[in-house]
Amino acid sequence: MNGPARSDGLLTGALRDAAGRRRAASPPSLGERLGRALAAEWTKFWSVRSTVVALSATVVLSLAIDALATATEAAHWHQQAPFSRLTFDPTSLSLTGLLFGQLALGVLGVLVVSAEHGTGTIRGTYLAVPQRWLVLVAKALVFGFVALVVGEVCAFAAFFLGQAILHGTTPTATLAQPGVLRAVAGGGLYLCVLGLLALGIGACVRHSAGAISTFVGVLFVLPLIDQALPSGLRDTAAKFLPATIGAAMTAVRLTPEQAGEAFSPWVGFGLLCAYAVAVGLLAAWLAERRDA
Amino acid sequence: MIQVRGVTKRYGRVTAVEDLSFDVPDGRVTGFLGPNGSGKSTTMRIIVGLDRPDAGSALVDGRPYRDLPWPLREVGALLDARGFHPGRSARRHLQALARAGGLPASRVEEVLDLVGLGAVADRRAGTFSLGMGQRLGIAAALLGDPPTLLFDEPVNGLDPEGIRWVRTLLRRLAAEGRCVLVSSHLLAEMALTADHLVVVGRGRLVAETSMAAFLEQYAPARVRVASPEVDRLARAVLGAGGRVEPAGEGRIVVSGLHAAAIGELAHAEGVVLHELSPDQAGLEEAFLQTTAQAAEYRGGAA
Repeated sequence: MNGPARSDGLLTGALRDAAGRRRAASPPSLGERLGRALAAEWTKFWSVRSTVVALSATVVLSLAIDALATATEAAHWHQQAPFSRLTFDPTSLSLTGLLFGQLALGVLGVLVVSAEHGTGTIRGTYLAVPQRWLVLVAKALVFGFVALVVGEVCAFAAFFLGQAILHGTTPTATLAQPGVLRAVAGGGLYLCVLGLLALGIGACVRHSAGAISTFVGVLFVLPLIDQALPSGLRDTAAKFLPATIGAAMTAVRLTPEQAGEAFSPWVGFGLLCAYAVAVGLLAAWLAERRDA
Repeated sequence: MIQVRGVTKRYGRVTAVEDLSFDVPDGRVTGFLGPNGSGKSTTMRIIVGLDRPDAGSALVDGRPYRDLPWPLREVGALLDARGFHPGRSARRHLQALARAGGLPASRVEEVLDLVGLGAVADRRAGTFSLGMGQRLGIAAALLGDPPTLLFDEPVNGLDPEGIRWVRTLLRRLAAEGRCVLVSSHLLAEMALTADHLVVVGRGRLVAETSMAAFLEQYAPARVRVASPEVDRLARAVLGAGGRVEPAGEGRIVVSGLHAAAIGELAHAEGVVLHELSPDQAGLEEAFLQTTAQAAEYRGGAA
């Protein structure tokens, strides 16, 4: 359907040729579609204030809690029992702030999807890209990339800040020591994948408040429930908790007690990735089935 | 060209749309008319693939929406007045859509100018009035310069100037050969904009006809007439087979004759007319009764 050439408005413009006819375009490949969805998600991600607020909160919380934890340890070092001194892990301690940073980053992950449902923006998104799983993949790639960068920045900054605070009082760690680089980089990886898990939860639940509650429940309420289990079951179940996985990933060496109830760092990381993928697949399946 | 074929949609135990079929032709404004809650929005969401019908299908130019290679270049839709993030500027909102749809960035500026939001494009869209929000929604619909357009209650919340602007735009889009579907619960609004009508009541088709034929069939031929020589005109009306009710000093309400016939009578009699207007309120009432009756009749038969 081609309209006649006119110069007064609608029938001119970037999508028309000089005669006012629509320019033809060949069907886009899957790669082109993904590229367009990525560009759109990138634009949306950076054009709301909540992104900058949540990313800043992630960094500030990580570093502030890190400073508090390391300063407290340094202040009490002279009172520590010999066994505690022996098992002291300065790397792990300097990464405790990530436990709070993960909250802010997770909330952002949830909002990347749930805010679109809350505001109705998702309809425009799906009108432009009717392949809903593609929208989800694009969101995960954009958020995952930013979460990885911010997560690693937080982990390394927290590590160096923590070691600087501990310096002169307690033993400190350097990246050259065995396992330290793995633990610090692992802290950033953990934040990134946990954020993606939150994004998946946001896509499944769709309501911001409900999704954030679910995410916080997974992080902080599941461990409490675990504590209420019979002791035999408790240790086995605890291994599977994201919080346990995170603690193991950010530790250079585990106390014998910890080692008994945690997977090794990389196994734990694989498990966390499997959680994120499983929730992501569920979200994609639900998105294709549900009304928007 | 939009084709809706046997679409049924249930939400739990509520049937929003039942076995609905109709066509929306190119080059005309098709009014999608029905009381609130009669399934118009649901049907529009099904056409653009947002909701999934329990039965039937909806095709745009012969294809399901999901299969369109360039959806935004083929279909534009305004579905709700607030389909944007309140913290995002109008320009960024449209830029994101343009990127998702593979449209050049210059299109964003073109549609911003077209709807008159150029000056406020960098303001957070949450600060927009309802009318500005509608304009942003219309800009998004026009972004891909599509041949098929859907507007769900586009004049809701607009001031008279905005309503006139939307009306003119819709007629212009149709005059350019596009397929335009506009929903409304107000017959009077549709009468001014649409050429073709799809009327629904409780999710079922009540009528699919031209606007003129619909008015002919359903509108009560009640016309308000004011004239300094109203008695002489009343006699002429009675002589031509019409009925007359007095309606105050120098005014009558005529039934049984169309406005055109009354005007011709007045001319033939040499009577000056001060007012000659079909009774819009009566029209609206008759329409509501018609849709309610149609729906109840079929509901009762089912």
